[in-house]
Amino acid sequence: MHRTGELYGQFKTLEQQKESATLGMWIFLITEVMFFGGIMLAYALNRHVYFPAFAAGSNTLSLKLGGFNTVVLLASSFTMAVAVWSSQVGKKTLISIFLLLTITLGFVFFGVKYVEYSQKFHHHLVPGKKFDIFYCVNNPAGCPDVDAPELMEESKLLDEAKAADPDLNAHAQLYYSAYFGMTGLHALHMVIGAGLLFWLLKGSLAGRFTPQWNTPVDLVGLYWHFVDIVWIYLFPLLYLIDRHK
Amino acid sequence: MSTAAAAPVKTMPEHHYLNATYGIRSWLLTVDHKRIALLYLASVTFFFFIGGFFAMMIRLHLLTPSGYLLSADTYNRMFTMHGVAMIFFFLIPSIPAVLGNFLIPLMIGAKDLAFPKINLLSWYVYVVGGAFTLYSMVSGGLDTGWTFYTPLSTVYSNSAVAPAVVGIFITGFSSILTGLNFLVTIHTMRAPGMTWFRLPMFVWAHYATSIVMILGTPVIAITLALAGMERLFGLGFFNPAMGGDPILFQHLFWFYSHPAVYIMILPAMGVISELIPTFARKQLFGYHFVAAASLAIAVIGFLVWTHHMFLTGQSTYAALVFSFLTFLVAIPSAVKTFNWVATLYGGSISFDTPMLYAFGFLGLFLIGGLTGLFLGCLGTDIHIHDTYFVVAHFHYIMVGGAIMGYLGGLHFWWPKMTGRMYPEWLARISALILFVGFNLTFFPQFLLGYLGMPRRYHVYPPEFQVYNVMSTAGASILAIGYLLPMIYLTWAAFCGKVAGDNPWPATGLEWKTQSPPLTENFEVTPVVTWEPYDFHNRPDLGLDAVAANGVVPAHGDD
Repeated sequence: MHRTGELYGQFKTLEQQKESATLGMWIFLITEVMFFGGIMLAYALNRHVYFPAFAAGSNTLSLKLGGFNTVVLLASSFTMAVAVWSSQVGKKTLISIFLLLTITLGFVFFGVKYVEYSQKFHHHLVPGKKFDIFYCVNNPAGCPDVDAPELMEESKLLDEAKAADPDLNAHAQLYYSAYFGMTGLHALHMVIGAGLLFWLLKGSLAGRFTPQWNTPVDLVGLYWHFVDIVWIYLFPLLYLIDRHK
Repeated sequence: MSTAAAAPVKTMPEHHYLNATYGIRSWLLTVDHKRIALLYLASVTFFFFIGGFFAMMIRLHLLTPSGYLLSADTYNRMFTMHGVAMIFFFLIPSIPAVLGNFLIPLMIGAKDLAFPKINLLSWYVYVVGGAFTLYSMVSGGLDTGWTFYTPLSTVYSNSAVAPAVVGIFITGFSSILTGLNFLVTIHTMRAPGMTWFRLPMFVWAHYATSIVMILGTPVIAITLALAGMERLFGLGFFNPAMGGDPILFQHLFWFYSHPAVYIMILPAMGVISELIPTFARKQLFGYHFVAAASLAIAVIGFLVWTHHMFLTGQSTYAALVFSFLTFLVAIPSAVKTFNWVATLYGGSISFDTPMLYAFGFLGLFLIGGLTGLFLGCLGTDIHIHDTYFVVAHFHYIMVGGAIMGYLGGLHFWWPKMTGRMYPEWLARISALILFVGFNLTFFPQFLLGYLGMPRRYHVYPPEFQVYNVMSTAGASILAIGYLLPMIYLTWAAFCGKVAGDNPWPATGLEWKTQSPPLTENFEVTPVVTWEPYDFHNRPDLGLDAVAANGVVPAHGDD
C-alpha cells in the first residue's frame, strides 16, 4: 500500500487511521488483561488454599524496595502523560525530555527489581530443589542484608505459619512461582515498553510528532499506563498479603 | 450455468493482484491481504495433510482388534499429533485466515485490512509456531493428547512436549493478531453505505469469531506458558506433588479450548449463510436473528467450559449450571439452522458444488449439534464420556461442519480468488464422495461409543471390529474426497475456464470487482445502496430475464 505523508494507503483520512490505531491498541490491551488474568487466577486459587504459606512468602519480600518501585512506576506514568500532552500541544522539546525521564524511571525500576531478584537467589527463595524458606532464619550469615530484628520477626512468623501448614516449604514455593511468574511477565512487558520508548525518542528527536499526528506517542502511552496498572495490582497481591500484624 | 453458456467468451483482466508483481520476495514480503490469504492457504493445507496422514495411521491401526501396525506408544503419539496439527494449525486458522483474510476487505469495500503489516506478521508468527511443532513431531513426537493434561504433560511424559507447547503458544499470537485486525477493520474500514446491518453474514460471523479469538487465545497462551515453565523449570501450579492443582489446568485449558470450537464453526456458519441465499436466489431469512445468533454463540460459548470436566469431581451444582448453559448454546445454533432451512423454502434452488457442501453442512451439523446435547446432559455424559461417541460428535462438528464450510467456501470463492472455474461435475462428484466417506467414517463411531469403546486406546474387544472396519473404509473414501479438490482446484487456478466477475451471480460487494481483484480491490471506493442478499432490486446481476420468465417461484419471497 502506498503511503502519502503520514497516511497509509488503506485509509482515506488521518482521522480514520487514528481511530483504527487507537481501537487496535485498546483491543490489544484487552487481550493483555486476559493474558494476566490466567496467572492471577492461579494465584488466587493457591492463595485461597495455602493462605499461611502465601502470607509467609509475602512477608519475606522487602516492603521498602517494592514500595519504592511503586512510587517510581507511578512517577513514570506521570512523566509519560506529560510527554503525551506535550505532543498534543506541539511542545517538541518537552516530548523528548519527558520521554527520557520516563525511560530513566523505567530503568530505575529494573535496577531495583534486579536487587530484589538477586536477593531471592541468595536467600534460596527461587522455586526448585534448593528452595528453603527457613534459609535466612537458619543461616543469618548467608543473608547479610537482613538485620537481626527483622530476622527475629521473620522467624516468629515462619514458626506460626509452619504450625498452620506443616508442608510450608512446598507451598511457599507456589507463592514464589506466582511471584516470579507475575513479576517476570510484568518486567518483560516493561522491557518491551522501554524499547518502544526508545523508538519514540528517536522519532521525537527527529521532530516527527505534531499536534496533527502523534498517534505513536498516544498509543505507547496507553501501553505504558497499562503496564503500570498491572503493577498497581501486583504490589498488594504479592507484597501486602499479611502485613497488618 | 445456463446463463453463462449464452454469454460471450470471457477473458482474464489484464491487471490483478496475482500479476501485479513477480518473484518470491513479492510474495514473502507482501502486505496485500489477498496474497497473505494464499500464503495461509498453502500453509494450512500443508498441516491438513500432515494431520490427515496421522489420521490414516490411526484408522489403519484400528482395522484389527489387537492393532498390528503401531506400538501402543506410537499410537498415542499418532492421535496426539493428529489433534495438534488439525486443531491448532488447520481448523483454527483455516476459514478466518484464508477466506476471512481474502474476503473481509472485499466484502466491506476496503482496500485492505486496517493493519496490513500486522497481517503479514501473523502469518510469520504462524510459520514459526508451526516450525516448533513440526520439530516436536520429527524429534520423537508427543503423546499427551492434544489436551496436554497435567501432570502427564509437565512431569511424566517422555516425549517432545516442550517444543510443541512453545509452538502452540507462539501460533496463538497469530490468531490474536488476526482477530484484532478483523475487529478493527470491520469497525473502521467499511465503505460508504455499508452499515452494520448491510454487512454480509460472513463478516458478522467473523466479527463474533474475532471476539472469541481475542478473549480466549491469551488464556491458552498463559496456560501453556505456565505448563511449559512447569516442565522446563519445575514451577508447581499444576503439579499435585508440589501442592498444585491439575484441575486448574483443565479449567484454564477449556476456558479457551471450548470457545475454540466456536472459532472453528462460526466462520463455517458464515460461509453457509452466504451460500444458501446465493443458490436459493432468495434473501436470507431473518438476517438480524442470524447475526445476533453468531454473537450469542460467541458469548455463551465462554460460559460452558466445564462440560468437558463433568467427571472431575466438580460440585454437582456447578455441573448443573454448566449443563444448563450448554443447552442454551443450542438455541442460537438452532435459530441459524432453522433460518437457513426457511431461506431454502420457496427458493429457486440450484445444485452447484458450493450448495452441495452447504447441504452437507446442514445435515452433518444437525447430527453433530444434537449429539452434543447428549454429552451436555449430566446423566448421559457419565455413560458416554471419553468414548468414541465424543470422537464422532466433535468430528461431525469440526469435519462435517467446519471443513464442509471451508471447502464449500473455497469452491464458491475460487473463481474470485483465481479468476477461473473448476470442473463442475468433477467437483460435484467429489463433494458426494466426501459426504459418503465422512458418514461411513464417523457414523459407526457413534455406535462404538454408545456400546462402550473408549477413545485413545490402541486395542479393542473383537466384537467392535465390524464398526472399526467400516470406519477405516470410510476414511479411505474420505481421503479421496479431500485429494480430488486439492488436485482439480490447483489445476483450475492455472488452466480452468475463465470465470468472469460474478459467475453465480451473488449479491456481495466482493462480486462487484473483477476476478481476480486488483491489488487495491476496487477501482473506486464503492458506495452501497442495496440491502444484503437482495436479488430483486439488483439489475446489475442480470437476473431480470430469468425473473420475467417466471423461474423464480411466485411465493419465493414474503
